[in-house]
Amino acid sequence: MNQRPVAHSQTRRVFATLAAALAFTGAGVLCALPSAAHADALENIAKSGTVRIGVFEDYPPFGSIGPDMKPMGYDIDIANLIGKTLNAKVELVQVTGDNRMAYLADQKADMLLSVGQTPEREKVIDFSQPYAPYYLAVFGPKSLPVKSAADLAGKSISVARGTLEDLSVSKIAPPSANIKRFDDPNGAISAFLSGQVQLMVVGNDVGATILARHPANDPEQKFSLFSSPDHVGLNKNEPRLKQKVDETIAKARKDGTMNAISQKWLRAPLPAEL
Amino acid sequence: MTYAFDFSGFGLYAGMLVRGAAVTLGLTALSTVLGGLVGIGGASIAVAGPKWARWVVASYVELIRNTPFIVQLFFVFFGLPSLGIHIDEIQAAILAMTVNLGAYAIEIVRAGIDSISRGQVQAAQALGLHGRQVFRYVVLPQAIANVFPALLSQVLIVMLGSAVVSQISVPDLTYAANFIQSRNFRSFESYLIITATYLLMSIVLRQILNRFGRGLFAGRVARGNGSAPRNWRRRLVWRGARTVPTERSS
Repeated sequence: MNQRPVAHSQTRRVFATLAAALAFTGAGVLCALPSAAHADALENIAKSGTVRIGVFEDYPPFGSIGPDMKPMGYDIDIANLIGKTLNAKVELVQVTGDNRMAYLADQKADMLLSVGQTPEREKVIDFSQPYAPYYLAVFGPKSLPVKSAADLAGKSISVARGTLEDLSVSKIAPPSANIKRFDDPNGAISAFLSGQVQLMVVGNDVGATILARHPANDPEQKFSLFSSPDHVGLNKNEPRLKQKVDETIAKARKDGTMNAISQKWLRAPLPAEL
Repeated sequence: MTYAFDFSGFGLYAGMLVRGAAVTLGLTALSTVLGGLVGIGGASIAVAGPKWARWVVASYVELIRNTPFIVQLFFVFFGLPSLGIHIDEIQAAILAMTVNLGAYAIEIVRAGIDSISRGQVQAAQALGLHGRQVFRYVVLPQAIANVFPALLSQVLIVMLGSAVVSQISVPDLTYAANFIQSRNFRSFESYLIITATYLLMSIVLRQILNRFGRGLFAGRVARGNGSAPRNWRRRLVWRGARTVPTERSS
C-alpha cells in the first residue's frame, strides 16, 4: 500500500503544472508578438471600401459647410483625391481641434487633415508631405506696390496685438513703418477694410475669406511672413497608408491639381516650397 | 496666495508710457476746450434759441447721452470712412471725445443758466444792457461759476474715459500698457503702473483746474447765505407762492 508509487501522482501534478505554465507562456508570447496577423489600416480601408478622413467643418477655406449644407473646402478636395487613390468611398468625419488627436488614436478616423507639424505631435503621430500652405501674409490694395519688408517703410499696417502676426511683422518692419495694433483680428481687419490703414497682416485662410468677398479696396496678398504648412496626420506604424497618401500628394503637385485647388480656395498660387 | 511682482524690464518701456500719458493729457485738453465751447454754445441755443434749433440740440444731447462712448468712437473711426470721410485715429478720438463731452456739457451749463435768478437779468436790463450783453456778461459767467465743479468732474470723466481710444490704436497710456503686457506677459504690473498714473493725473488735474476756476470766477458769484440756487423755498417766495413755514426762519 505504501508501495504505491507516490512519484506517479506527483509526476502527474508536476507535468500538469508544467503544461499549464507552458500554455500560459505560449499564449502570453503570442499576445505579445506584434501581430503580423493584425490587418493594417490600408487593408481595413480596402476591406470596408470606405476611408474615414477627419476634417474641420468650421474653418474656411479649408473646411466649412456650404450653402447647400454640404462640406466644402481645400481639405475636402484633397480628401476626395485621397479617396480616389485608395479606391474607397470618402467618409468625412467632423473633428475639432480638441478631439481630433483622440479620434485618430481611437481609429475613429483613418487620417486627419490640416495638421501643422510640431515636435510634440511628432512623438505621437506621423506626418505626410505638406499638402496645403498655411502662412501669415501682408495684404494690401492692388494699387499699392509692396513686394518685401523694405516696402513697409512709411506705411500703416494693422495687426492683432500679441499674435504671431504681430511678432513676425514687428521683427521685420523698418522703423518708419506705422504698426497699429488692435485687440483682436476683427479690429485689424475692420481697420483695413474701412481704409484706416493701408496694409494688414493676417493668416492666409483669413485673407482668402476676405478676398472672396471682393472688398472695395481690391486687396491682394503681398508677401508671406511665417509659414507652417498643413500635413496629413496618420497613426504611427502605418507605412503603407502613409506611402499612398504621399503618392497622392506628389501626383497632385506634379500635374497641377494642387495648384488649382490653391487658387480656388486661397486665391493665391501654391508657394514654391510646396 | 502671493504673486511675485517683477518690474524689471519695464525700463525700456518707460518712454512709451510717458508718451502715452502725454497723448492722454493732450487729447483731454483739446476735447475739453472744444467740448466746452460746444457746451456753452449748445446751452445758449437750448435756453434762448428758435424752436427748431432747440430741437436739434435736444436730439443731439439725447443721442449722445444714451449711447455708449465706445460705440460712438467705433462709429466715427470705422463707420465714417464708408461715408467718404477719412480721418485718422487721433482725429477720430478728438472728434468722438468732443462730441461726447459737448452733450454732457450742454446739460450742465444749461442747469447753470437756469440757476441764475431773474433778478439778475432784470437788474442788468435796468442798467441798460440789452439781451446778448446780459447773457454774455451777467448770466453766463455766473452760470459757469455755479456749475464749475460739475464741469470739472465731467472733464475728469472724459480723461479717464479716454482710455477707450486705445481700442482704435491711438497710442495713449492704456495702449502702452496693452502693448507692454503683450510682450512681457506681466499684465498685473503693466496695469498697476497705468492705474497709478491715471490716479496721479486725475488728482493733479483736479487741483490745477480747481485753482484755475477759483482765479477765474473770483468775485463773480453773488455768494452768501441762501443764495438763490441753494434755497428753493426763498425762490418760490420771490415768485409769490405760498410755502409751509420752514424750521429755519429766514
